[in-house]
Amino acid sequence: MKRAFPILGVLTAILLSYALYQALVAAPTEQTMGDVQRIFYYHVPSAWTAFILFFVNFGASVLYLTKRRPAADIVALVSAEVGVVFCTIVLVTGPIWARPVWGIWWTWDMRLTSTLVLWLIYVSYLFLRRFSSSGQTPTLAAALAVLGALCVPFVYFSIWFFRTQHPQPVMGGGGSIDPRMLHVLLVNWLAFSCFAFLVCWSRYRLESLQREVDQAHALESLLDLRGSVR
Amino acid sequence: MSAPAGITRATLLKDLRLEWRSKDAINSMLFFSLLVVVVFSFSFDPSAEESRQIAGGLIWVAFLFAAVVALNQTWAREIRNQVLDAYRVSPAPANSLFIAKVLGNFIFVTVLEALMTPLFIAFYRLRALGPAWQLLLVAVLGTWALVVNGTFFAAMSLRTRSREIMLPLLLFPISIPAILAMVQATTAILSGEGARFWIVLLVTYDLVFTTVCLLLFETVLNAE
Repeated sequence: MKRAFPILGVLTAILLSYALYQALVAAPTEQTMGDVQRIFYYHVPSAWTAFILFFVNFGASVLYLTKRRPAADIVALVSAEVGVVFCTIVLVTGPIWARPVWGIWWTWDMRLTSTLVLWLIYVSYLFLRRFSSSGQTPTLAAALAVLGALCVPFVYFSIWFFRTQHPQPVMGGGGSIDPRMLHVLLVNWLAFSCFAFLVCWSRYRLESLQREVDQAHALESLLDLRGSVR
Repeated sequence: MSAPAGITRATLLKDLRLEWRSKDAINSMLFFSLLVVVVFSFSFDPSAEESRQIAGGLIWVAFLFAAVVALNQTWAREIRNQVLDAYRVSPAPANSLFIAKVLGNFIFVTVLEALMTPLFIAFYRLRALGPAWQLLLVAVLGTWALVVNGTFFAAMSLRTRSREIMLPLLLFPISIPAILAMVQATTAILSGEGARFWIVLLVTYDLVFTTVCLLLFETVLNAE
């Protein structure tokens, strides 16, 4: 397992640079928007990756609540952290694109608002993890993750009632996207998913080590205490 | 009466009696929402016809913030003298306690709303163009959504550092769909449009979150 990590790291680096080349050079320039449109190859894959990670967080939280495996808790923590990072990328790249194309930084349309709310929910999840005392954190966080995930359909439904200004070509099945662009998009998505997986993996190892160290410290201080009593 | 219902009743009556004697929660909520009304009136002309469009949001923001004041106190009361620990080691079902707390908070917030609504009507010259009885329905459903989630998250934030800050941080993001539905329904009724979608959404939200909170409460109460 440990040997697979550097191999995956090198593969991800190659894939990311290939995806970068594809997005900036190989992909055809969009007719009306020009080069600004290329941010799309970062915006959309980041969004998909973030959604997958939030879904992983939900699955791991349910697993933790039913089976009480510490590993499931670490997976939940890690996927939420990395998911929030990718969701932040979505929320930052979106306005950068929107300013020249729509003429505004932000609009309260359905997808922007619901992504922002999603981001808020998972940031509050991270807040809870930071603020609760260590023994109870996994259970409380898992309960919050379940409630947060259940909230997502409500967020989409309620905000769906507002006017939508977002471009629909990829998700809505409008089919107007150039096949070469779609290819670049999917390559980027693959690269981003690999990268997210890699970050999650190293964060998982770090967190496991951290917990081992904490446990060793706790044990050591207990032993010290017993020695001094004797 | 079955045992769980008896426990619920006893806890609820105890909370109501405590509140009746101290009036801590209701007084602080009333004063807080009054402050919100006054502060908001500086930011726009409250008597203008356009303020009808924002009145729904304003009323609910005032109630939401005021409810947080009461919700923060519900469990804090049980921490003193280790009442909550005693409850956890007793064989009483956790959900009886939860339902009692939710009902108690529901009563407090409803009383607040009943007292504050006339003031809102007077200050902002509100007049419902749509069916006014629907406002009652929205108020009950919306309050229930706030109170169920709020009681649950208050129990959760009890276990954290700086718990008073934690409650709104957890409660508001999850409640956004409910808040949106309450605000939109109220605005729609006040300006004479249909609010059916929002009421159905609120009913679904209430059902789903009440069920899940009941399923998870015991886990959260006994989290170690």
